[in-house]
Amino acid sequence: MAETRLPDTFQDWFSRRGWSPHPHQIDMLQRADAPALLLIAPTGGGKTMAGFLPTLVDLADGEHDGLHTLYVSPLKALAADIKRNLRTPVDEMGLDIRIEDRTGDTSNTAKKRQRADPPHILLTTPESLALLTSYEDAPRMFNGLKRVIVDEIHALAESKRGDQLMLTLSRLQGMCPDLRRVGLSATVDKPEEIAALLARHPDPCPILMADPGPDPDIAMLTTEDAPPWSGGGAAYAIPAVLEQVKRHKTTLIFHNTRAQAEIFFHNLWLANDDGLPIGIHHGSLDRTQREKVEAAMVRGELRAIVCTGSLDLGIDWGDVDLVIQIGAPKNVKRLVQRIGRANHRYNAPSKALLVPANRFEVIECVAALQAVKAHDLDGETRASGPRDVLCQHILLTACAGPFDADALYVEVTSVGAYTTLTRVEFDRCLDFVATGGYALKAYDRYQRLMQRADGLWQLRDPRGALRIRMNAGTIQDTDTLKVRYQRSRGGAPLGEIEEGFAASLTPGDTFLMGGKVVRFESMREMTVEVSRNATRKPKIATFMGTKFATSTQLSQRILRMFQQQRWPELPPHTADWLALQRDVSQLPQPGRLLIESFPHDGRNHVCVYGFAGRNAQQTLGLLLTKRMEEQGLAPMGFVSTDYATLIWGLDAVTDPAPLLDRDRLHQGLDTWLAGNSLMRKSFRAVATISGLLDRNVIGQRRTGRQTSFSSSILYDTLMKYDPGHLLLDITREEAMRGLVDFARIDEMLERVGDRIDHVTLDRVTPLAAPLFLEVGKVSVPGSADERLLAEETAALMAEAGLGGS
Amino acid sequence: MLGQDFSLAGARLTALGTGALWWAEKRLLCVSDLHLGKSERIARNGGAHLPPYETRDTLIRLENDLMRTGAATVICLGDSFDDLGAARGLPDEDRLWINRLQAGRRWVWIEGNHDPGPVDLGGSHLAELPLPPLTFRHIARPGRSGEVSGHYHPKVRVQTRLRGISRPAFLFDSDRVILPAYGTFTGGLRSSDEALAGLMRPEAMAIVTGQTPRILPMPRG
Repeated sequence: MAETRLPDTFQDWFSRRGWSPHPHQIDMLQRADAPALLLIAPTGGGKTMAGFLPTLVDLADGEHDGLHTLYVSPLKALAADIKRNLRTPVDEMGLDIRIEDRTGDTSNTAKKRQRADPPHILLTTPESLALLTSYEDAPRMFNGLKRVIVDEIHALAESKRGDQLMLTLSRLQGMCPDLRRVGLSATVDKPEEIAALLARHPDPCPILMADPGPDPDIAMLTTEDAPPWSGGGAAYAIPAVLEQVKRHKTTLIFHNTRAQAEIFFHNLWLANDDGLPIGIHHGSLDRTQREKVEAAMVRGELRAIVCTGSLDLGIDWGDVDLVIQIGAPKNVKRLVQRIGRANHRYNAPSKALLVPANRFEVIECVAALQAVKAHDLDGETRASGPRDVLCQHILLTACAGPFDADALYVEVTSVGAYTTLTRVEFDRCLDFVATGGYALKAYDRYQRLMQRADGLWQLRDPRGALRIRMNAGTIQDTDTLKVRYQRSRGGAPLGEIEEGFAASLTPGDTFLMGGKVVRFESMREMTVEVSRNATRKPKIATFMGTKFATSTQLSQRILRMFQQQRWPELPPHTADWLALQRDVSQLPQPGRLLIESFPHDGRNHVCVYGFAGRNAQQTLGLLLTKRMEEQGLAPMGFVSTDYATLIWGLDAVTDPAPLLDRDRLHQGLDTWLAGNSLMRKSFRAVATISGLLDRNVIGQRRTGRQTSFSSSILYDTLMKYDPGHLLLDITREEAMRGLVDFARIDEMLERVGDRIDHVTLDRVTPLAAPLFLEVGKVSVPGSADERLLAEETAALMAEAGLGGS
Repeated sequence: MLGQDFSLAGARLTALGTGALWWAEKRLLCVSDLHLGKSERIARNGGAHLPPYETRDTLIRLENDLMRTGAATVICLGDSFDDLGAARGLPDEDRLWINRLQAGRRWVWIEGNHDPGPVDLGGSHLAELPLPPLTFRHIARPGRSGEVSGHYHPKVRVQTRLRGISRPAFLFDSDRVILPAYGTFTGGLRSSDEALAGLMRPEAMAIVTGQTPRILPMPRG
């Protein structure tokens, strides 16, 4: 048992600061010997100090040699921030503790030195840590490691990054059997699920709950102008937002996507007559630009920062007294976590304002406010550990040296998410990594891993390790290109844009980058060169911001709200809009399914208001377009939100009921799934993570276009000749889990029965309009392509005077 | 209709939707850039283990085209194998399959940059084949006429009123036709690329592959 009382040095330091330790900080110290421990605390609750206190106390005597504590966070910026925040108490207490960070941004020299001479406390990310354990000298570097702190574990738990991290921890645990694990989490709906993820199975993992503090002071921003019918810019709210910025010390202005943040920042500056110092911060900006903004904020020089999720996680940037959320929060839990950003002082309510960007979002905001008041957090159950991540883990393990398959299997099944992994499943992953795992045994001569005479597995060619490391990681970034000023103008880096957007640019086009209007000049070696140009209206850069799905629970609240006769809680403009929808068409009702058909912009549309959640609506789009293709309606694509799926195509749907026949939907699910672009998309991610496709080729970065092309052909070839292949199994599993969610469609169809309300109109309805602006449109190949090609080529021939061929 | 007809140096040719070229008068089928054995070569060089089915897939498509045209002569226009090692490393099963396809037909392997030497498979091996009024070679030579070549893996992007569609394509003008790649694991080069745009005459046409081949002025943008 560790000391239950704070040592004098620490007690004195707290007193000098006029602070006293929080009860949960002392609790953490008392339980420092627990093999695993999860702390749930609101932001501003001294969570970081609670995590590090046992480490600092342990290191205070100056006797520990080498690495003592690993700190892992999902964001590079967070690691840098924690380093700064830890430095202060350590220096003020005069402790001799070395603290360093290690991320993708760390220099190679520093990285090498860290491996030879590790600091006491190393702050890192899941990807950097996975790489560290893949070196042959890993056991030496981690020798003596006592604790690992996983910060913002609730965020990691939502993605494959969390799975990779836990697999890496199982490796570390093998090297350091006494390693103790600490998880720090914001408020979540199911803490026990996170605890099960963190602990080595079957170790117990006690959960400490800190005082959640007072309820936040949260409201919807009222403006003189009504929000627009659609769009995500919230430009109408600029004067009101500026007014709020003036009234507060520091305001964080959150956006759901990077593109929206850029546009808003641009508009904010155009209206900023007082010249208030306002900065912008998002993940696509160049690191030096981000650091400049971060430093200015820490110095208290900025009155506001326009930002996205890159500032979302527990970063303490100083005296924020207001959080403004632009666009509807998609998830109540995330909203609560964001609000925690404001007023980092414990026991003072956080202040936040929601700014709906359009009228549908007014409804979402009101529903979210009701949910926050009711402490009604939402969450989804986590599925078992993904096997593509396991394949990568096996590869990285092999990089560190020969391994025993039996021992590795035991180690892997000690990871919470992989406890149910069977030996057969494990062996299939191993076989895939070694030989490709094909029914046709083509690569016996060129195995990637081979089994030695002593039974251990090792890389056939040790030089392969470099390639494996370069492809490590589970984040599927959209492929991006760097943007910099022309060399003649200094060549300063600005940030990144998506490759697809870059491909659409022609010299002279302008776009927004870091709040500046820049002019596209040329492409040079995968770099977009631009010049300054403020004269033209910018095109809009398309960034793939992380897109969160609105939770089911919010959807259900909205559906219930629709049933009211009047909507006194909504602003008049939004209430009028719902009334108009009721007038022109109708509002969706619980237990019934509303379907609208209407033409728009040369295509026929059908909108299905299933309220089944984004994933299920997505699947519905997939299944319905397949059925429409069979009926010769030539569907072209669809887009889904949590409430509805909008499908467009060449012909109109006149009778939707047969399309929704439950038995037929069931029967066809498998074959329908196979040919769909969502599956291809899932396959591409699975093939990259599992190591079939290279993310990076040594010396040259492969462009996304080539990858996209070949992964699609690979998928088709596997489907045709090896349908039982492991990667197809994983792809199917991912799709059913992530993109499909068929159970909810089924449930919806059962609930609805034959109560389908089909309305045919001659134009877009008020409720359908926002769907046209949704990103994430899914293209459906098929007869529409043949028809469009015939039409267009004939027109081009006629134009060239060559018609009639 | 078998495909899209066009004339080159007085010869009446047909572009098939599969990417093969049919010369009915000579009962001759020409395919280019099969890249057989590509996945084997990548694995041999320490690369990824791609699904080893592309040779099978390519041969199935070739067999279908031979059946439906009843071709008497087959010209493989170079880069038939991903490298000479891939030709040597071809599994026996695929070798026998090719022998079967060759039976009763004249078969010509034109050399490509990937397979510059002879391979130990039936048929004749030639650097190029003059068959007046046409000449078959792997890489186009500026200034020649009546030329049938491959090498570039041309594809075109057609901007329709509702979306852009990108597919492998034949490119032809009064001097030459360039065939799309026939092999399964092959990428493509846009017709707007300098290498192709510079080679083809301003009035060049493209024939897009697919279920029904479609002809259009060669896109240059």
